[in-house]
Amino acid sequence: MNKPSRPLPKPTPETQDFWDGCNKGELRLQRCDSCSHVYFPPRPFCPACSSRSVSSFAASGKATLASYVINHRPHPAFGEPHSIAIVDLAEGPRMASNITGCAQTPEALVLDMPLKVKFESVSEDITLPLFEPNGDAS
Amino acid sequence: MTGIAVVGAAETTDLGKIPHMSQQMLHADAALNAMADAGITAKDIDGVATAGQSPTELAYYLGITPEWADGTQVGGCSFMLHVRHAVAALQSGLCKTVLITHGESGRSRVGTGGWAAQPASLSGQFEAPFGTFGAPSTFTLPVLRYMKDYGMSHEQLAMVAVVQREWAAMNPRASFQDPVTVEDVLESRMIAYPFHLLECCLVTDGGGALILTTEDRAPDFKGSTVYIWGTGESVETSMISQMDDLTSSRAFSIAGPRAMRDAGITHSDVDHLMIYDAFAHLPIYGLEDLGFVGKGEAPDFIWERNTAPGGRLPTNTNGGGLSYMHSGMYGMYALQESVRQMRGTAPAQVTGAEVSLCLGVGGMFGASGCIVFGKSPKS
Repeated sequence: MNKPSRPLPKPTPETQDFWDGCNKGELRLQRCDSCSHVYFPPRPFCPACSSRSVSSFAASGKATLASYVINHRPHPAFGEPHSIAIVDLAEGPRMASNITGCAQTPEALVLDMPLKVKFESVSEDITLPLFEPNGDAS
Repeated sequence: MTGIAVVGAAETTDLGKIPHMSQQMLHADAALNAMADAGITAKDIDGVATAGQSPTELAYYLGITPEWADGTQVGGCSFMLHVRHAVAALQSGLCKTVLITHGESGRSRVGTGGWAAQPASLSGQFEAPFGTFGAPSTFTLPVLRYMKDYGMSHEQLAMVAVVQREWAAMNPRASFQDPVTVEDVLESRMIAYPFHLLECCLVTDGGGALILTTEDRAPDFKGSTVYIWGTGESVETSMISQMDDLTSSRAFSIAGPRAMRDAGITHSDVDHLMIYDAFAHLPIYGLEDLGFVGKGEAPDFIWERNTAPGGRLPTNTNGGGLSYMHSGMYGMYALQESVRQMRGTAPAQVTGAEVSLCLGVGGMFGASGCIVFGKSPKS
């Protein structure tokens, strides 16, 4: 019997570039060509100044742990208690993700710890950006 | 002042487990009870507002022919927004008598829809894939940030549930009435760390309805009149991971002060407070964003029993979503408790209360509505 799948995102024309980037191992953010605001989630205009002139770029993939829960009633795809996190990306925006590569405990998941992105392919079309501790970051 | 009054208010006949009624009938049961309270029938209503079902379906089902309808759906505080919108509609003469209903078969799930995020929505693409699975694993996400930044302890978060159970113990309709201690809360089952079972809301069935009209027409209705002094509303984001500040709700801090300003009141005028408590951190955020205490001060304020029975700011006096009831969209029950307190008919009546402030949340810090009620017309 197949393991149940995570709820998978259905990309839209406005977000396809982000998901294409994940498939290529790039965490893509967008920057306004007019006011330089960097934002997430993707949309073809700047939420700070309403300009339609924006560009996507590959972010560093570095982040810190802003907040999280350890979900003890997980979706069937996860099975075990696991983190659902909000991370602060080095470029400014926040995003939701999971912290992997460490124990899923309050002791191992310390707020403001450095993280780096780790891509996980979850279907033919979708790769998710997850994060893991970046122990050697200052 | 707004010149608008509540002339009918009621909840469903039963609360808790109501498997013999569909969600649609819960709306109707509450509406019929509110009409009886006001001494009117469906023929006397010319405006409808609801969330969780369409106002079209509500009007048709009850036999109402509206000249005004509002289907604003922003989650559990939708009913606060309906009150605000109804105030504007009544003031400008778009209609004369408005019915606002809520009904939700949250526990028994009779005739209800689903909650799952659409996979192409923003939250469906950028939150759900990481396992946000209903409110307990989503609404709770910002709280560790608050705890670290402001030094709130696990015991202080648990105290919110302890205090509300004290209020619920005075309310025969509350789902849970037995007292609990901080230790009981911290020893209850972990739901989504740092949240234990008793720090999460109930899941029950029920409904409620309000009938509003202009102050000059209020004497024509049977129900005891409560006056709407001020209203506020705002929305922020459909993704909790994108809120401006993980330790504060932007929508609270817009809706609350706006309602107080329109009512012409200051914090010291508020005798009774309702803050929608889907989870134990909501009263913490609400007290601070409304400005009753400074940033980071709410955990101590609650710990020192200021919001508890006998405290100087009685809050969530029905027991709240943590102990009274929570169908999913709890805002209507917070409004009902404010109305009862202003009518002097609440089970845990605050002696001499003349002003009640009711703050609602919608989604996961996505929206807010705030209503200030007065026992008397604003002088």
